[in-house]
Amino acid sequence: MTKFVAVCLQTLTLGSLYALIALGYTLVYGVLRFINFAHSDVVTIGAWLAFVFAGALGWAGTDSPFFAMPVILMLTMAACATIGFTIQRLAYRPLRHAPRLNVLITAIGVSLLLQNLGQLPWVFGTQPQSMPKLLSERALFYVADVKVPMVDLVVVGLAVVLLVALEVLVFHSKMGKAMRAVSYDERTAALMGINVDRVISMTFMIGSGLAAAGGMIYGLKYNQLSQTADALWVLLGLKAFVAAVVGGIGNVRGAVAGAFLIAFIEMFGAAYRSPQMRDVYVFAILIIVLLFKPGGLLGKAAVEKV
Amino acid sequence: MKSLAERAAAHRPPLAKAVVWSAWPIVAALGIAYLIQIALAPALSDFHGKLLVDIGIAIILGVSLNFVNGYAGQFSLGHAGFMAIGGYTAAALVFYGGLKLFGVPEEGGISGLHGGFLGPGELLLLAGCLVGGLVAALAGWVVGLPSLRLRGDYLAIVTLGFGEIVRVLLQQTDDVVTDPAKIEAAGPLELADHLGGGFGFSFTPDYVDPKNPFWVWLFVVVVLLAAYRLKMSSKGRALLAVRENEIAAEAMGIPTTRVKVNAFVVSAFFAGIGGALYAHELGNSLRPADLGFQKSIDLVIIVVLGGMGSISGVVVAAAGLTILPELFREFAEYRMIVYALALILMMILRPNGLFGIREIWELDVWKRLFHRRAR
Repeated sequence: MTKFVAVCLQTLTLGSLYALIALGYTLVYGVLRFINFAHSDVVTIGAWLAFVFAGALGWAGTDSPFFAMPVILMLTMAACATIGFTIQRLAYRPLRHAPRLNVLITAIGVSLLLQNLGQLPWVFGTQPQSMPKLLSERALFYVADVKVPMVDLVVVGLAVVLLVALEVLVFHSKMGKAMRAVSYDERTAALMGINVDRVISMTFMIGSGLAAAGGMIYGLKYNQLSQTADALWVLLGLKAFVAAVVGGIGNVRGAVAGAFLIAFIEMFGAAYRSPQMRDVYVFAILIIVLLFKPGGLLGKAAVEKV
Repeated sequence: MKSLAERAAAHRPPLAKAVVWSAWPIVAALGIAYLIQIALAPALSDFHGKLLVDIGIAIILGVSLNFVNGYAGQFSLGHAGFMAIGGYTAAALVFYGGLKLFGVPEEGGISGLHGGFLGPGELLLLAGCLVGGLVAALAGWVVGLPSLRLRGDYLAIVTLGFGEIVRVLLQQTDDVVTDPAKIEAAGPLELADHLGGGFGFSFTPDYVDPKNPFWVWLFVVVVLLAAYRLKMSSKGRALLAVRENEIAAEAMGIPTTRVKVNAFVVSAFFAGIGGALYAHELGNSLRPADLGFQKSIDLVIIVVLGGMGSISGVVVAAAGLTILPELFREFAEYRMIVYALALILMMILRPNGLFGIREIWELDVWKRLFHRRAR
């Protein structure tokens, strides 16, 4: 029982992390119809920027003021939103009407660029760093002998707040309506007077902001920050991306559902089967889902028109 | 009025001519590879010799990926997976098989070579290349059959997942058996699980070294000929048609899924051979971590820069992308940044790659230089 509850808690935190990252993939796919391979690198940069901001502001441990985390979070999200906007403006906008493959390859190029810029000695360097523990790891309360620390609570709480905010933004605001319109049919949306460029920029900024939150959560929860070109970050991004695809890429609620499903399979597979095989479970689920339901669990199968 | 079969028979070349036309490329491949082996390789320093071999392997892998990405227009992100399958199959066959068949070589211990040029060990390497290629082709068929029904993006995702699964599964294997007596006693299935895990299969005999580029360049010529003949044949034209417009191709009676699966299988076959050669190159150890997502991306970059579907373009890109990093070794940390910027600018300024879909000799530059304008 104890093990079961502990694994459930792990699933919740990991699922929250995946959900925040997966949303960035799915939002961008929704409006631009391409896989933004550079998204995982925005997550990485978010995690590192949180580390840098914490150092610059002198908050290094659990004794830092209670507003330390929100302030750093805001700063990081703003910085990453700016980065997302810049990438979109410089690399993706010139290719708006190019074949999809070209955009995909550009995304790979941007990803390589961010990874290697981050490794320069005057940026983040190649030494792994440990994120300061801004949140206490002492148990707040116990569920069936499993301690629930502040970190896990904040991680899940933050994810829930951001997800609800996004839900409101996408489904209950004018901007969200414009985003959905562009996703449905870009040209018609433009004819209806929607500023497509602005909507796309906005989407990128929101996605990158969420990625920054994901990166910071990663830092707070797992503490260890590897160099920006480490395969670990790529794998994190890939799994979040798998979550978006499994849920039905382009579908906001699907991404969240997919994230928790992937986290569930990964964590329970690792705990009850073989811990080394956790990545295999994730990618096997991806392939199985795509074979039987090519649009993802909540997605609609697209009919190709001539 | 003759029947269709009779009319077709009238166009068929005589048997002798057909045999000669089918066989000469193999003879040419042997000749070219042998020339490189005896004339070029001894003249080069070890550094340049290694570069020559690296270029050859990059060409094999790039051209093989070109079958899928370039000809058929499908986006595969798991090419390193096929390379790994071929490489590990060949490594197991050559290392364990060599010790089982010929015993421990006198020089170099268990990783030593069995015989010199065209000796028994090298023939085993040839067998390893072919078996590795076939196993990789089988894997290509298994992956391709269901997933090539999916649309472009999803195919990329499935192949990516496949590549990652191959990598993780290889990392789960046990250590290499290094005791000759134990190898002698063990059956092939027992040994199939001893592939070195995360540390890699590091005992492969180095049949491919700077002084011995024969096998690499033999397969380079073979893959180039296969690619060129396929491109000029009706089967290749069908692939190009699928790339240009899948729905139109289907309307013209091309079985699009079958054609795509065939391209995938051929591509995986040559990737397996490339992996087998890579596994036996001096200085490479076969590690799962080196054959992951990043390697697949590197190969995609070769195809994209060279031009999707252009054989000569891919050859130039493979050579260039192997040589350039060596030239700029001092600026290692800025190298990848320049690389990435070049990729982005290339896509924005020259979206079809250096040569587009055409071969080098088909470019307009030559017409402008050597021909007067046609009336």
